[in-house]
Amino acid sequence: MFLISCPWCGERDQTEFHCHGEAHIARPENSLEMDDAAWGDYVFFRKNVKGVHLERWTHDHGCGRWFNAARNTATDEFLAFYKPGEAPPADLERVS
Amino acid sequence: MTQDNRLPAGGLIDRSRTLSFEFDGKTYTGHPGDTLASALMANGVTLLGRSFKYHRPRGLLAAGSEEPNALIQLERGAHTEPNTRATAIELYDGLNACSQNRWPSLKYDIGVVNSWLSRFFPAGFYYKTFMWPERLWMTYEHVIRRAAGLGVSPRLPDPDRYEHRHDQPELLVVGAGPAGLAAALSGARAGKRVVLVDENPQLGGSLLGSRDTIDGQSALDWVAGVRAELAEHPCVRVLTRTTLTGYFDYNYLIATEHVTAHLGPQASDDLPRQRLWKFRAKSVVLATGAIERPLVFADNDRPGILLASAVRTYQHRFGVLPGRRLVVFTNNDSAYSTAIDAASAGVAVTLVDCRDTAGDAAERGADAAGVTRMMGSAITGVSYRNGLQSVDVMALSADGTRVDGPVQKVPCDSACSSGGWNPAVHLHSQAKGKLRWLEDTHTYAPAACASTMPHSSVGACDGEFSLDQALNAGWAAGGATGPAPSAERVASIGALRPLWVVPCDHPVGEGPKKHFHEFQNDATAADLWLAQREGFESIEHTKRYTTTGMATDQGKTSNVNAIGILASSRGITVPEVGVTTFRPPYTPLTFGAIVGQNRRHLFHMVRKTPIHDWQADHGAVFEDVGDWKRARYYPKPGEDMDAAVRRECQAVREGVGLFDASTLGKIDLQGEDVAWLLDMLYTNAWGGLAVGKCRYGLMLNEHGMVFDDGVTTRVAENHYHMTTTTGGAARVLGWIEEWLQTEWPDKRVHATSVTEQWAVMALNGPRARAVLEALTEDDVSNDALPFMGFKEIQLAGVPARVFRISFTGEQAFEVNVPARYGRFVWEQMVAAGAAHDMVIYGTETMHVLRAEKGFIIVGQDSDGTMTPSDLDMDWIVSKKKADFLGKRSLTRSDTSRDGRKQLVGLLSEDPSLVLPEGAHVVSELRAAPPMPMIGHVTSSYFSPNVDGGRSIALAVIQGGFKRKGDWVDLPLIDGRRVRAKVVDPVFVDAAGERVKS
Repeated sequence: MFLISCPWCGERDQTEFHCHGEAHIARPENSLEMDDAAWGDYVFFRKNVKGVHLERWTHDHGCGRWFNAARNTATDEFLAFYKPGEAPPADLERVS
Repeated sequence: MTQDNRLPAGGLIDRSRTLSFEFDGKTYTGHPGDTLASALMANGVTLLGRSFKYHRPRGLLAAGSEEPNALIQLERGAHTEPNTRATAIELYDGLNACSQNRWPSLKYDIGVVNSWLSRFFPAGFYYKTFMWPERLWMTYEHVIRRAAGLGVSPRLPDPDRYEHRHDQPELLVVGAGPAGLAAALSGARAGKRVVLVDENPQLGGSLLGSRDTIDGQSALDWVAGVRAELAEHPCVRVLTRTTLTGYFDYNYLIATEHVTAHLGPQASDDLPRQRLWKFRAKSVVLATGAIERPLVFADNDRPGILLASAVRTYQHRFGVLPGRRLVVFTNNDSAYSTAIDAASAGVAVTLVDCRDTAGDAAERGADAAGVTRMMGSAITGVSYRNGLQSVDVMALSADGTRVDGPVQKVPCDSACSSGGWNPAVHLHSQAKGKLRWLEDTHTYAPAACASTMPHSSVGACDGEFSLDQALNAGWAAGGATGPAPSAERVASIGALRPLWVVPCDHPVGEGPKKHFHEFQNDATAADLWLAQREGFESIEHTKRYTTTGMATDQGKTSNVNAIGILASSRGITVPEVGVTTFRPPYTPLTFGAIVGQNRRHLFHMVRKTPIHDWQADHGAVFEDVGDWKRARYYPKPGEDMDAAVRRECQAVREGVGLFDASTLGKIDLQGEDVAWLLDMLYTNAWGGLAVGKCRYGLMLNEHGMVFDDGVTTRVAENHYHMTTTTGGAARVLGWIEEWLQTEWPDKRVHATSVTEQWAVMALNGPRARAVLEALTEDDVSNDALPFMGFKEIQLAGVPARVFRISFTGEQAFEVNVPARYGRFVWEQMVAAGAAHDMVIYGTETMHVLRAEKGFIIVGQDSDGTMTPSDLDMDWIVSKKKADFLGKRSLTRSDTSRDGRKQLVGLLSEDPSLVLPEGAHVVSELRAAPPMPMIGHVTSSYFSPNVDGGRSIALAVIQGGFKRKGDWVDLPLIDGRRVRAKVVDPVFVDAAGERVKS
């Protein structure tokens, strides 16, 4: 079971959290001008990386806040936790 | 019976007290400190079970939790527990145990014919034999399960209590042998919060069966000193009888503490039977020791043949030896101490060593103790008849593949073997740690750790077999300064000669003798070779095909032997074969421990409305809706559900009814951007909603699929009250938070769940207003409070919010009062309603009434693949709004195509037939399935209000809108074929006048 550092609360058990998949997918502002393929890419397609994955988490049974995490999907090692709107740490790819 | 095999002295047992116990109906005696295994050995009972596949007689192999053979059905009735290991059961007075997997009795077991037919039970037997005909598999499985069973599951509810506990030690030490004790002591002196766990009832591990000295005192005295010092430290927790069973990510470990097992089933009610510990440890030290592996020789599974270290443990810990004439068979020096110690106790010992020479100290010790040594030799056969009679010994060839010369028969009543030592790397392996092969001791030891589960292995589990180095490594891992405890350095294994399969007088696998490497699942060296010949190269495939290591012991004594056998026959090195992965649990754990205290009323939370108790008092029948208990209907005496629901349905349409809608999801929205947010969340336009007005809306996900609906009301300028479905409340709040936090953080909206803050009572029916007016002086006329209006009033002296919204199509008022007034106002309404013959109705009637109006229930009539168009609700999708969640998906090629399933009404040809929900609508009836399915029934009820009483249904059917007026076929699951007419889904008041009255 993971030990997760909520950026607001600190280290807590994984049972308090929920993962919501890939992070940094901005909602298109011009959706009506997008063709089906481009919109479908936003709605349906996600990365399936072996290595560093930037993903969204919520601290459901805690502060209720959303945040992002960088996790190596091959080792389950968390490399960073950061708040929404913040950029992921720059040197993540090297870590993996 | 007398304890004939008990030595006159020695052992850590309390000889002053005698315990009585029963095994297979016979009564025996033992002493406190015994295990069931040692007590049975003391009484000369060697036959303890029948093997899994061949039903061969089996006895003890080990003295610890690695025991593969002696699986016991412990106790009877509700307390019975199958597959417990005799070596792990502490003896208590009155203990009752039975052997397993035998019929009619252990001595005369009919399943032994499997052994005579063994050439027909090769590796992969089940895969090869029971493949076809497929229809017979169920029969085969039944027979296999009975023939190859283990113990019997309890049939009564578990009467015992279990609990979970959490702890966060800075240092978790697993194993209280010399290395573990040194680590725990060192950690304690360094001021750490230490937890030390060990599966045995007392600390000491291997020291309990040794004659070593540490820091100048006897090992047992040193252990007693450490125990006393650890007890002094306030931050140290020592848990005995506690097995670390699982090692998970980020140093999360679980352990089962057997709190009362040693007291028997009648232990105190104040104590849980088992306690499951959940540790999150800063650092972990594994000091789990090593497990001896047997030599794989002819008929090495006969009762009375043990591991050499087990014999030593039985002698020193329990004061018992398996016989008077012992043969020790070894390929290393460690078994010499077994021979020497047994000989010192007066037993006649013959030592068969496959090497030509052993270490000097070992040889000298054996000779001095009077042990007969047969060097360069091997056991090639075992004579067994109701007990061990003798073993055959022959000279072993230099390359270890043949035996030569005359057969020497060595009479004996017991034997043991040592094929080397396997560090107990199970927890390291569970923690995704890598292994390295040690060339000198021919065994696997821990290598690199995974980054998420940092730990260190010390002592024998690290492949370090000398006592002095174990103490040093443990001490260093604990973190204390100061000198480590020290012991004399004794070479324990010496030069090991790998001998993975011991040859015999016929080619292995081709004669009557069997060479077992895997005892619990009955797999032999010949099975491994067969798997290899059939092309199973990967060790993981071989493991599954031969079932090696897949029994409840996870191959603690068998896995490395299997790998060695494969390596030697393939002519490659052991590391080239690879290793299988150990997985949790280390030893089986009970469902009780896993569940802990979370059973019965603690298993699942129940949510009740403020009116629940009144409903219970008035005969409501409840149903579960999510976590909620909801009143489903209120039967009068003599009424079944159908009768009650018909009465309730008619009364609402003709008079008035009262319904508890408190479970409805409610979200309070405040802030200057709420209107903007609602425009994004709902498909319709919200900009023009005036204060005091309500509006219905559909929510879509970004796929364009309906996921919730409800009414939102503008309470004040920047203050809205949103309602959701009962089941969707948490999901909708999460949805709002997701967008506000991640995509629109600049928007000023506060969203708060107020589901439990308001009690909601729905008055429905033509006389609803009359009931309300009896309780308020405020104006609730149609002008003052029209349909889709909202007003705050005083109701029965209580501040109330009243919404003119309706889920029945009747004149309706949803009255919200603070939850603490819920029951009071409800009772006032019931009293006021009496004059109007008001009925109290439940969720079943609510369902019928809304279906009569064609109102959907999200999640029942829709399933996550329905767009507003599919539900014939285009009217609620704004064409003008620039954007809302899901909008773009509504024009995707797939969501806008023809032939999608669409919501329609269905009227069955027979008006008394209520179609089963889920029934398939097919385009063509055929004699038998499959038939082309074009849709299914989503809601179906008997309506007393349509056509004087008939069945109605909602369904989703491909191209359903264009089929209205057509007849469709439904083959029902009971074989009937029925027809129904596709109609508009609004069955009552199609013009929608009544709701506005």
